[in-house]
Amino acid sequence: MSKYMLIMRGTDESNAAMMANIEELMTTTGQFIEDLVKAGVYVGAEGLDDARKGVVVDFGGEVPVVTDGPYGETKELFGGFFLVDVSSKEEAVEWAKRVPVARGAKIEVRRVPGEDEVPEIGA
Amino acid sequence: MGAVDVEAVWRIESARIVAALTRFTGDFGLAEDAAQEAVAEALVSWAVEAPTNPAGWLMATARRRAIDAIRRRVALQDRYALIAAAPIEEDVEADPDRIDDDVLALMFISCHPVLSPEARVALTLRVVAGLSSEEIARAFLVSVPTVQARITRGKKTIAAAGVPFELPPVGERRQRLGGVLSVIYVIFTEGSTATSGDRLVRPEVAYEAIRLARTLAALQPAEPEVHGLLALCELTAARFPARTAPDGSPVLLEDQDRRRWDLSAIRRGLDSLAKASPRGLGPYGLQAAIAAVHASAPSVEATDWDRIVVLYEALGRVAPSPVVELNRAVAVAMATGPAQALAIVDELIATDRLPGSHLLPTVRGELLTRLDRRPEARAELELAARLCANERERSVLLRKAAALD
Repeated sequence: MSKYMLIMRGTDESNAAMMANIEELMTTTGQFIEDLVKAGVYVGAEGLDDARKGVVVDFGGEVPVVTDGPYGETKELFGGFFLVDVSSKEEAVEWAKRVPVARGAKIEVRRVPGEDEVPEIGA
Repeated sequence: MGAVDVEAVWRIESARIVAALTRFTGDFGLAEDAAQEAVAEALVSWAVEAPTNPAGWLMATARRRAIDAIRRRVALQDRYALIAAAPIEEDVEADPDRIDDDVLALMFISCHPVLSPEARVALTLRVVAGLSSEEIARAFLVSVPTVQARITRGKKTIAAAGVPFELPPVGERRQRLGGVLSVIYVIFTEGSTATSGDRLVRPEVAYEAIRLARTLAALQPAEPEVHGLLALCELTAARFPARTAPDGSPVLLEDQDRRRWDLSAIRRGLDSLAKASPRGLGPYGLQAAIAAVHASAPSVEATDWDRIVVLYEALGRVAPSPVVELNRAVAVAMATGPAQALAIVDELIATDRLPGSHLLPTVRGELLTRLDRRPEARAELELAARLCANERERSVLLRKAAALD
């Protein structure tokens, strides 16, 4: 068993489609969270505000450089997450398939190491 | 991993499918058999072509197998003809509230008092948690045929006793819920303090209990003890990362690196404890409150031992047991001193209330060590080591005894 983060990555198009049906999205997301809770796997969930209202702090130079706006050139921005405590990576993937998102969006599934593990960070 | 993983889908769907099928057929054993047949079929057919709706596929297939089984019986016994004629296309999954009640009824039937304690654990893990016989066998360190026999016998017992598939009547509800909680707690303790084997903590077993407790808390949100049990499990599991050294040996509370405690688990545990608290704590809630005092303390010295003594006194009143008395003695030793604690322990020995347990000589040995009565302390710790079944704990006891030379 392990915790996994189901990371929502939306494109401009999928985000626009979701915002156009925000009422429906709220309902389906609420239902999805309820399913997670009743299955005993829910740990947490948050959605992020518009990436254009965000700030990027860049450590590329001598001192951190602060710029307004969305992160880099990335097409699929991190828009929010569900944190689930599941029996396996496969189960996390099955839950990811049930996340209510608009066509074009992606869900990235990443394991959250426990307190007794040193995270492995790929180069 | 392109294909759909049968086991993963089953983990998510098992309780709902078995619950809906039991409601549909009125037969818990038949429902479980049909569901297992569907899983077996899925393992074969999904490897060739995965369905677009795996959950729906499992439910539909299991229902077909259930109907097949009923038809086979009808061929033998005409009096089942009416059941077979019942409409089979009705959507058994339609009403979400109904499904919640059915899952709850499934937990109650799996933990029914007519079953042996072993069968309750095995059935709960099988039908509610969706574990295979192999996984249950691994969790409880028994053989697969043993698990299968417990499940088969359990289903026969339920059928023979004519246990109906329904929520217990209001008058019995609280007591029956206590039965469900104790099954979950047995599973948790098997993970948190393995009764045998060479590993002290088995988080994967404790996880199943926490998951069941979370489901129960979602389905019975107004029951304080459900939140109390969940809080106890979360707060205890929060300490797992600090409880074993890299070589697998146990690390005692006073030596644990508290930075390794899982803070998010502590937060979840405290949240659950808050939900358990408003109407007075029951036995699980009180144990959770004790765990919460530890979880909130920066060190053993800075722990509010007076509060722990008071909580153990309260626990001793609502759920008297020699183990609670022994724990109270440990808390008294920390709050007041070892001499007062020894009096409590000696009273337990005089009344022979924990015969054969390694815990009593363990605590007595510790207290005598603190009182510098070394030869007696050593004899007690050696006795404790002889009585202890967990290899990891045993070696710690022997090390302590040897240090008293």
